[in-house]
Amino acid sequence: MSTNTPSAALLQFEAVSFGYRRALAPVVRAATFALQSGRILAVVGPNGAGKSTLLALALGWLSPWAGRIILAGRPLTAFSRAERGRWLALMPQSEHIPFDYRAVEYVLMGRAPHLPPLAAPGAADYEAALRALEQAGLADFADRPVTEMSGGERQLLLMARALAQSPRLLLLDEPTAHLDLRNKMRLIQTMRQLRAQGVTLMMTNHEPDVVLAVADDVLLMEAGQPPVFGPVDTVLTETALSRVYHLPVRVVEVEGRRRVLWT
Amino acid sequence: MLARNTRRTQGLMALGGALALVFALSLLLGRYPAPGLIDPAQLAQDDLAWRLVFNLRLPRMISAVLLGMTLGAAGMVFQLLFGNPLVEPGFLGVSQGAAFGAAFAIVLLGNAAALIQSSAVLAALAGLGLSYALARRLRFGGWTLRLVLSGIAVSALFSAGVGLLKYLADPLTQLPEITFWLLGGLASITWDKLLSVLPAALIGLVVMALFRWRLNLLALNEQTAFSLGASPSRERLMLIVAAVLPTAVLISISGMVGWVGLIVPHIARRLFQTDARYSLPGAMLLGGLFTLLCDNMARALLAGEIPLGILTALLGALIFLALMTRPQTRFKS
Repeated sequence: MSTNTPSAALLQFEAVSFGYRRALAPVVRAATFALQSGRILAVVGPNGAGKSTLLALALGWLSPWAGRIILAGRPLTAFSRAERGRWLALMPQSEHIPFDYRAVEYVLMGRAPHLPPLAAPGAADYEAALRALEQAGLADFADRPVTEMSGGERQLLLMARALAQSPRLLLLDEPTAHLDLRNKMRLIQTMRQLRAQGVTLMMTNHEPDVVLAVADDVLLMEAGQPPVFGPVDTVLTETALSRVYHLPVRVVEVEGRRRVLWT
Repeated sequence: MLARNTRRTQGLMALGGALALVFALSLLLGRYPAPGLIDPAQLAQDDLAWRLVFNLRLPRMISAVLLGMTLGAAGMVFQLLFGNPLVEPGFLGVSQGAAFGAAFAIVLLGNAAALIQSSAVLAALAGLGLSYALARRLRFGGWTLRLVLSGIAVSALFSAGVGLLKYLADPLTQLPEITFWLLGGLASITWDKLLSVLPAALIGLVVMALFRWRLNLLALNEQTAFSLGASPSRERLMLIVAAVLPTAVLISISGMVGWVGLIVPHIARRLFQTDARYSLPGAMLLGGLFTLLCDNMARALLAGEIPLGILTALLGALIFLALMTRPQTRFKS
């Protein structure tokens, strides 16, 4: 827990439902939660439970069938596009990059919502992009063509672009999916640093160990059910995980840290 | 990083200077009174030389530069927006549409220059509109894939139409006319023709130039562009129109000039790297320079006119191969 003083909810979902086709059952069903400022929320659940959909709803990319999404006390739909870009950033799971941009040029695109219309980034934006690269652990990669970077390096690059955007709410879609152990650790540290700076984070994640290591709150999603929201200790229990994944799961404590075991 | 930007800006300025120099020399280049450069002093005395330079060469050269700039920039815009280095500005039904419009006018409407031009513009824009409308109705793949597919289908339809018109055309009068139009050339440019396309060409070029950095953003996948505060579908549509409009009006006076829109963006990215803030103006200047040089050869190399489209394809492919097989050609720090 990083915040002891209760602060206002940054992001609120009020009975939000969404599906891709009206004829089918909704993917997200009556999602209700309030994410406090400066906390890390992990959206957890099996494949197809609607985790990435929920992230896209929080981004405003998808519009809910029913319910309301409120960012900093205002409906998300009331934000202008550039304004929304200054509040929210997205770190996608992966991205197809057909042209060989330099890493720093790619990260510079994160500055777009802070620039006046049709302006190009200036020296201060370059500084911000270089700082973001450094914070994401890519300090030596600034001049490297993106097409020559590995899958894990590209994922860190997407993190750097989101950091350059200096958002107040950072949405991360499977941020650790392509990362090796060292880079995973590094990303977790970056997420903690951001939380310490007052940034709120919301990530989907498949790795219970990463969730247990970094998350304050959990939104547990299960196909066909309204998601369950609460502090990580109360939501990620053996019974809940076993039910959601249809698999006997144990939560054990090893050297003072909680770990998830499966058989 | 910033040093590289300075280097690239200097590269752009050098290219602009080269274009201005070649433009000035091209005014003097020709086959009157003898093949080669005309003596500037002669212009003051020789009335025919004066009229030749200012009524024939000047509008023609301005058209060549505008055509090259437009094809280069529009090609860059298309390759970035479609995330595909193999597309060129005419592929959304525009080139084949213009060809069909021109052939239609030649065969069925009676061969007046203004008629051919307006018919070509209308059919080119109809090609774009049709591709766009069709893409909205396709039930397959993402938005860019749908546009590419419908562009290919619409181009095939128009190209079948051109084939039919060629078959119907009078083989002695109309067929050669169609064939020369399809080979492309600027021999018949007059001030009137140039002025009729100038507004659309300039608007398109200015819009593309203003959006040059933002193009990078719009080249990203839609959700990412959205997360960066852009409005991807609206801004992309606007840029596609800004690229296609000048392309359509210019090919309506030039005929088919291939390869510039495909190759110049590659060369520009090779020289100025991918960032469209530099590669887009680079593509404009390179396209203008390349087309102007090709047109100079088209009019001055032989006593008869060589179709411009042949030269752009021949030289474009050669330059492209030479550049792509060499490891490094960049303005880098």
